[in-house]
Order: sequence, then structure tokens, then C-alpha cells
Amino acid sequence: MKRAMITGNSAAAWGARLAGAEYVPAFPITPQTEIIETLAQWIDRGEMECGMTTLESEHSMITAAASAAATGIRVFTATSSQGLLYGMEMLYTVSGWRAPFVMVNVSRGLASPITLEPDHNDILAARDSGFLQLHCATCQEVLDCILIAYRLAEDERVRLPVIVNMDGFHLSFTREPVEIPDRDTVDHFLPDFEPGNVRFRASEPVSQAVTVLGGALYSYFRYEMHLAAMNALSAFDEIAADFTSVFGRRHELVESYRTGDAELVFVMIGSFATKARAAVDSLRRAGVAVGLMRPLLIRPFPRDRIREILAGKKGVAVIDQNLSVGMGGVLHTEVASALYGLPDAPLVLNSFIGGLGGRDISAEEFYEMASVTTKAVSDGRSLPPRLLFTGQELAEVRRLQEIAKSGRKGGNGGKGES
Amino acid sequence: MGKAKAEDFSSIKDIPSIHTLGTGTPLCAGCGGLEAISQICDILGDKSVIINAAGCMTLLAVYPFTPFRGSWLYTAMASAAAGAQGVRDALDILLAKGRLPAEEDLATVVLAGDGSSCGIGLSATSAAIDRNLDFLYICYDNEGYGNTGQQASAATPHGARTATSMGVNGYPGRKKDLFAIWAAHRPAYVATVAGAEPLDLSRKIAKAMEIRGPRLIIALAPCPIGWEFDPSETVKIGKLAVNTGVWPLKEYIGGKVTHTFIPRRRSPVEEYLKAQGRFSHLFEPHRNEELLQEIQRGVDEYWEGDIRDVR
Repeated sequence: MKRAMITGNSAAAWGARLAGAEYVPAFPITPQTEIIETLAQWIDRGEMECGMTTLESEHSMITAAASAAATGIRVFTATSSQGLLYGMEMLYTVSGWRAPFVMVNVSRGLASPITLEPDHNDILAARDSGFLQLHCATCQEVLDCILIAYRLAEDERVRLPVIVNMDGFHLSFTREPVEIPDRDTVDHFLPDFEPGNVRFRASEPVSQAVTVLGGALYSYFRYEMHLAAMNALSAFDEIAADFTSVFGRRHELVESYRTGDAELVFVMIGSFATKARAAVDSLRRAGVAVGLMRPLLIRPFPRDRIREILAGKKGVAVIDQNLSVGMGGVLHTEVASALYGLPDAPLVLNSFIGGLGGRDISAEEFYEMASVTTKAVSDGRSLPPRLLFTGQELAEVRRLQEIAKSGRKGGNGGKGES
Repeated sequence: MGKAKAEDFSSIKDIPSIHTLGTGTPLCAGCGGLEAISQICDILGDKSVIINAAGCMTLLAVYPFTPFRGSWLYTAMASAAAGAQGVRDALDILLAKGRLPAEEDLATVVLAGDGSSCGIGLSATSAAIDRNLDFLYICYDNEGYGNTGQQASAATPHGARTATSMGVNGYPGRKKDLFAIWAAHRPAYVATVAGAEPLDLSRKIAKAMEIRGPRLIIALAPCPIGWEFDPSETVKIGKLAVNTGVWPLKEYIGGKVTHTFIPRRRSPVEEYLKAQGRFSHLFEPHRNEELLQEIQRGVDEYWEGDIRDVR
């Protein structure tokens, strides 16, 4: 074991290396590229025994990843944002192959407008694909979750591919202290991949991913996927307990921070939740009874654990780093569905949209969200989704719009306004 | 099987008389694609994994049945070649690590239609050739999106009526030269075949199986439904395609294109066109002399050029 200051991307590469990934189909995309570059360098230097092929698209990359997994080897791959969406057809397709592998997604806002900075619309677009999803908040979690993800994906009760998600820039390019375990220690936690009957051998011909005719057969296989995904909830608890016994670190299905006696709870996923955690500490010092709930798994959705944590709370503020256009926050909707029918459900479930395209969420905004939610509790009703934006930001946008309008000398008649 | 050599096939009697592909598939009666694939499988043998792109042949393996003796993996319409990459890479890794005995190895074979091969899947195929992937790619060319009811694809011939080109002049575009596109990548092998010419087909598949690297086969797939002819005439249509010069039988190897059959006296293309409902608008209610001559001229120009340089 060694401790090092490494980026989230480097932690992801270490996760793949320590997991003994045998094959990495790759395609570059910011802010993920450092992962595949790191792996390529290790392979070239002979430090990692692994095959690597650069495909011509993420659609092909995900196809190759799943095809290799379906042939019976341990596979790792990584993508981001537009790449994840370009491969979306194959996400839905290959999850049904029941050939487990692990993919890292480095979250980045989706076009349009095109940007490089993070939010969660990319990964949440894959919500219903059949891939399980783990959302990391720290670089250490990135490494640990990849190891856990292989156990989860390969568990015979589950057998589904897993996406480990981290935020672009805020984790991918940010150095944090990370404990990098020895391969021998990892071997105690993660045994070699046992493909079972999902493999190709000349003496045992198999047909994989064949056509079905009729809704009953189709439904049967889709239901099987769902039940297998649900099995991952209890499997996760077992695997996380094993992880703690081998490595000492503890990972919960849902992190709850100072929620025990809290009246208000922030709900967030990913690295921005660490900002909420800091805000909780500040608000606690000011006498506000607030806590933070952070689901690590989004698929399968840890409904029961969320109900346990939020039961009896007065107000909940779900802060979504995504925007379902015409609806609001995706996580808010999911939490609302989990709480429906709970006898002592929180009175108020407020929705806030923030952190889109890397936009910061300041400490003051957390205080404001706490105060708005406290008022909503005393008013006795939840508010419609609120879009976080400051007067200062609006003034800056207006200034840039003026520049866009004025255009080159002579102008363009104001047609450049967007 | 699977170890046949091209020189083993000197007469029609050398072709396997016992066919390995199972019967009773849901494919249409008289399917020219299946005619070719059945013959290809006889040479290919059962130590193979067929990686399929969405199309007519996706309906060959319908749970819980398959007509293949070997293995099968359905992928999607655009990425069968990438699927072949993943399987081949994984098999090679297993072989290198000693976890797969050599006798358990499989030939990696893509099976895709012309719609996939010429359009949505061309990028993945081109990239697989760039990477020098060791695989056999079989394109069954029924000259349209056959499985969805014969809409025009990039492989539809000029003038043909399809579900999306119903006008008096049929399909306005020109058939994409997939052979030339593939040959331009300088792969290990490219060939055209027709099920109606089994000896030529068997030699080419056997030759392809002796070579490593990207090997690509375009099989003419006369389609009774889409081309509008009686299912009993599939072989006749195939013979006409070859004898009129519409479907040149050729191969590319080592940078050189060779025609494996040169019709000594080409029959008029009209004989081929008249036999198919998809060209009936060229003859009824009025004879479209201009378009008929244009189609004939296209074939003549191909053969009258220096065919050694013709891709």
C-alpha cells in the first residue's frame, strides 16, 4: 500500500490496473482521456499485462468491451458525456448480454451549448440502460468503487455491467490523497473473473444476444435484468463489508452525514456533495439542524435506505446537477417516488437545480437553500424547482450578450443574440 | 471441415454435398442471401463465431433455435465489426495466457447486409480494416433494406424500384462500390461471390480461410420479395446477374484485382432486368429506352475498360 496525491483519472486507471483488467477498448474524450493514456503507458512499459485497442467511436468501443466480456475476460473502459450518448444504443444493448464489465464515466455537461465542465445529464441519461451506477465524491472513492464494481458486476446474482461515475475537472483533474493498495491485497478482495457459460469456445458453441419473438419472452428476460439489478442492493452491502475487512475503508449504499438529529437534509450525488458537507458543518455551527444524504448507488435505487434516512425529517432540499428540461431535477423525482406513501415522510421536498456545466454552488447558496426550505416547512408546502443563479452571474451574461450583439465593426443588426 | 483449400475445388463434385446449416429458419422462401450463407458455412466449418449486424439474417437465430453449428453474437446494425474486434482480441488474450487451448479457438466472422455494410456500419468496418483485424466479413447484398421491406440503400442499383423509390425512373442514385472502398484499405482479401456460382464461391471462401487479416466477401443476395421474382428463380437470377456482367466475380489480393470469371459473350442486361418486378417500370407501360441504354452502357463501360484496373 502507498499513499499518493493523484487525480481522479489516475485513481480510475489504478482501479483498472489493480482489478487486473485484461482488456481496455478505448476512445479519447475530454475529460476522460488521461485514464486511457495512463493505462496505455503502463501497458507500453510492461507494468500492466493488458490488451488495449483504440476504436473509432464510443459506439464501437462499448460493443468491443461487451463482446470481449462475452468471450470471457475482465474488461475495463471509460468515456464521458457526448461519448456516453454516442454509445447509448450499445449501453442498452449490451446490458442484456449479462456479460459483466466496468466502465468509468467522467461526467461532463451535454451539448448544446457545448462545454467541457461537469454536470450529470450525461450519466443520468443512462439511468434506465441496465448498467448499475456508482457515483463517486472523492478520488479515493473512484479507485475503491472500481474494485467494488467488479465484484458487483461479476456477482452471480447480478451479472450486469457497472458504470462508475466521477465529475469532470472536480475529480478527474483534481489531486487528492489516495491510498493505493497492493495487488496482493486486492486479490484477497477480488478473485479472478469466472465467466461461467458467458464465453465462446469451439467445443461449446453458444448463441448470445439472439432475437426473441413475442412479448412474454422479451418481458421475461427484461424482468430478469431488473431482478438481478435489485439483487445488487444486498450484494453491495456484503461486498462493502468485505471491502472494509480487507482495506479498512467503509462505503455505504447511501452516505448519511449528520442526519440523525437533522430537521433539514440536503440530498446530492457526486463530488459537489462535498460542498454540501462543508455547508452542513457551517450551518450546524450556526445552530441549524441540517444533514446530508448522498446515495452512492443510483441504479439500483436504494429506496428503502433513503426512506429510513429521510423518515421524520421536516424538510428536504434535493440539489440536482442535471436538468430534465420541462420537468426539473431527476434525483428530486426519484427521491419523491421513494418517499411516496411513507407515513412520516418529510412535509417539504424542495428541488434546486445547480452546478450545471461546472457552475459552482457557493456556501452562501447552500445557506439560502436551507433557509428557503425552512420557510417552506413553516409555510407547509414544497416549492416548484428553483434554478440557482446569482444577480452577478446574470449581469456578466448580459455584458457578454452586449458584446455578442455589437459584433464586428458595423454590427450585425443584433442578430447575434442568443 | 474448415481446413479446405482453394485448390481442393476443381469441379462442382468437390463441393460438400452435406450441408451444415440447419433448415426451418424463418427466412423467406428462395432467399438468395441464405443460399450463399449456407454454402459459405459448408466451407467455413463450425469453429466459428458469427457476429451479426441487424438485418434479415438476425432472424436466423431466434430463441431457442439456431441453424448454425458454431457460435453467434448479435450486436447492432452499426457495430458488428467492433464486436468482432472485441471477440478476436479476447480470444487472442486467452490464447496468449494459455487459458484457451488452440483447438478451442474460433474464426471470427461478421455477417451483415448491404444496408449495414455500405452505410451505418461502414465506419466501424473501415476502422477494423485499419487495425488489421483478423476476421472474415460477409456482406449479403440484396441491394436494399430488405428486412424492412426493400427501401433503397446505398447498394441499390440505378433505376431499381424500391419502397422509397417508386417513381417512373426508380432509384436515382448509383450502387456504392463497396468492393473498391474495401480494396482501397489494402486488406488481406476482398471478393465478390454469388450463390449461383458455388464452385467460385467455395474456392474464394477456402482461400479467405487460409489467409489472416481482414477478409471481406460480398455475396449477391437475390431477394424474391424485394426484387419481385418467384422464389424458384433465385439461382436463375444469380446466373443472369453473372452472365449479363451486372455482378462481376472478382477478387482483390496483394494489391491486385482479378476477375475469376469473365463472361465471353455477355447477355444483354435487359434479360436480367426483365426477370425482376423491381425493373418492370422500365418496360411497362412504355419502354424506357433511355434508362435501359444507360444501364447497359454502365455495364459495358465496366467490362470494356481495362478490367485489371477496375475495382
